[in-house]
Amino acid sequence: MLSLRVPTPTSFRRLHAGRSRLSRDCLFSYSPSFVNRGVRLRVRSTKSEVVFTPTEEEEEVTLPEELQPELMPKHVAIIMDGNGRWAKNQGLQPWDGHRAGVEALKEIVELSGRWGIQVLTVFAFSTDNWIRPRIEIDFLFSLFERSLKSEFQNLAQNNVRISIIGDSSKLPKSLLRLINEGEEGTKNNKRLQLIVAVGYSGKYDVLQACRGIAQRVKDGEIDVDEIDEGLIEQELETNCTEFPYPDLLIRTSGELRVSNFLLWQLAYTELFFAQELWPDFGRSGYIEALMSFQQRQRRFGGRKS
Amino acid sequence: MAELAGQIKRMNGGINQLLEQIFGFSRRCLFRVISMGPIPNHLAFIMDGNRRYAKKCGLEEGSGHKAGFSALMLMLQYCYELGIKYVTIYAFSIDNFRRQPEEVQCLMDLMLEKIKSLLEKESIVHQYGIRVYFIGNLALLNDQVRDAAEEVMKATAKNSRVVLLICIAYNSTDEILQAVKKSCINKLDNIEASGSYKHEDSDIEAKDMENQEKKIQLVDIEENMQMSVAPNPDILIRSSGETRLSNFLLWQTGNSQLCSPAALWPEIGLRHLVWAILNFQRSHSYLEKRKKQL
Repeated sequence: MLSLRVPTPTSFRRLHAGRSRLSRDCLFSYSPSFVNRGVRLRVRSTKSEVVFTPTEEEEEVTLPEELQPELMPKHVAIIMDGNGRWAKNQGLQPWDGHRAGVEALKEIVELSGRWGIQVLTVFAFSTDNWIRPRIEIDFLFSLFERSLKSEFQNLAQNNVRISIIGDSSKLPKSLLRLINEGEEGTKNNKRLQLIVAVGYSGKYDVLQACRGIAQRVKDGEIDVDEIDEGLIEQELETNCTEFPYPDLLIRTSGELRVSNFLLWQLAYTELFFAQELWPDFGRSGYIEALMSFQQRQRRFGGRKS
Repeated sequence: MAELAGQIKRMNGGINQLLEQIFGFSRRCLFRVISMGPIPNHLAFIMDGNRRYAKKCGLEEGSGHKAGFSALMLMLQYCYELGIKYVTIYAFSIDNFRRQPEEVQCLMDLMLEKIKSLLEKESIVHQYGIRVYFIGNLALLNDQVRDAAEEVMKATAKNSRVVLLICIAYNSTDEILQAVKKSCINKLDNIEASGSYKHEDSDIEAKDMENQEKKIQLVDIEENMQMSVAPNPDILIRSSGETRLSNFLLWQTGNSQLCSPAALWPEIGLRHLVWAILNFQRSHSYLEKRKKQL
């Protein structure tokens, strides 16, 4: 397997990934990097299992040596806290912090896909965040729109499925339209599911599940006695994924709270509190969190013999 | 010779008493200093690590839980001295029924013994005027434990100084499930009782209001939660270093500060409590500001 690295001229950023045959046994593949690190060219034998993956430096194709593949969590949830404080520390405006936060998110999404994590849920905007200044909220939504537009191709090429959960009733119509297009356009992607919680709170999720169940009881579809935990799980917004319960929750910026994120789903989730602010949380922070997860003993109320 | 031994023993006893009084006095001074800042109203504990403690000290099965009970009594005393009004403890989870039957039985026997001891005159509940609630799916307990629990709740119903909530046969998802069921039943009963209103087509606002009233609201679920007898915990402390909620108070700890000292539960002490409260005081003013804004 050969690997070449070329610098990134601007025109390459829009390059679509593709493969072409060099010979009967050789495939030549190229794809743009998610974070503009350059275009990677790779030649590999067709005799080995050929699965389309974005190409990076050799040592990053496999899992970092600190992590064990059999202990990787299926579902990681992240509370991306600290953008405002990061901006303040740098002497910048809050929106610069959010922009830096989006870049950090892109890196984590890429790493998650590469390291075999199947679901990544991120807390982008809570119901509590509505109290922020209107100018910041408007900026956040326009940043979200811009990011969705610019990253849609990347998501598609990297086989990432995007889903949005939360109360969408207060979101601007243009954003809602983009969200629907994004969800529809990526619904068949299988490598990584990125769930973005916007206008979300754990209590709201349980409440809307409760309302859904009440409606079904009223319509005679189910009996009150048939209401059980499985039914509530089906009605929660995380029913958009096969793995609704996070194995690991990471919160950045050193705050030791869950802040009403994924209430029901966090029953047995391992919690990890990182000191760094979100824009500074990169590969090394992620590895530290995953290493901590892999060392935990999960008993789910029972006993390890 | 025996007289000398007796005298030494009495002296030791005297010294111990003196040391205890000095420690007690220093502790109360420390609490006075801490009380200058905000004190949490409600503390919750996940008492994890009893069995590991027994193994570590080479004790027999069951001794870890007994040591854990002593640690709990000490913690309750400190909370009382600090003026913390509500304390919740995770005594036994519904998931714990999956353990070996011998261990479950041993725990049930210990709990029965300790619950009965709460009824004694010298017990801590009478000393401090504690009202006790047993929170959980009590139907899953055996008759003896359930009856003892109900007796304690009845006997302490008039106390009001401090509230102790003991979560036994409890799971947060089970608590939420029961609240959801009750909310559904109540709402459906209300709809049936009120009948349907006939509105004019132009009376959209009234129709909207009616639709809103028909929908289950957050307060409907919350008032049906067993834990609604207490405010939300300010701090949740889980011993033994594990950092997870293990299906405990998921609904109520959304904004609680989470602490996970590495000490096993029987090793938990004053310094862990003080550390948790100091951390709470650090973030308290920011949280209060947020609460007012909401």
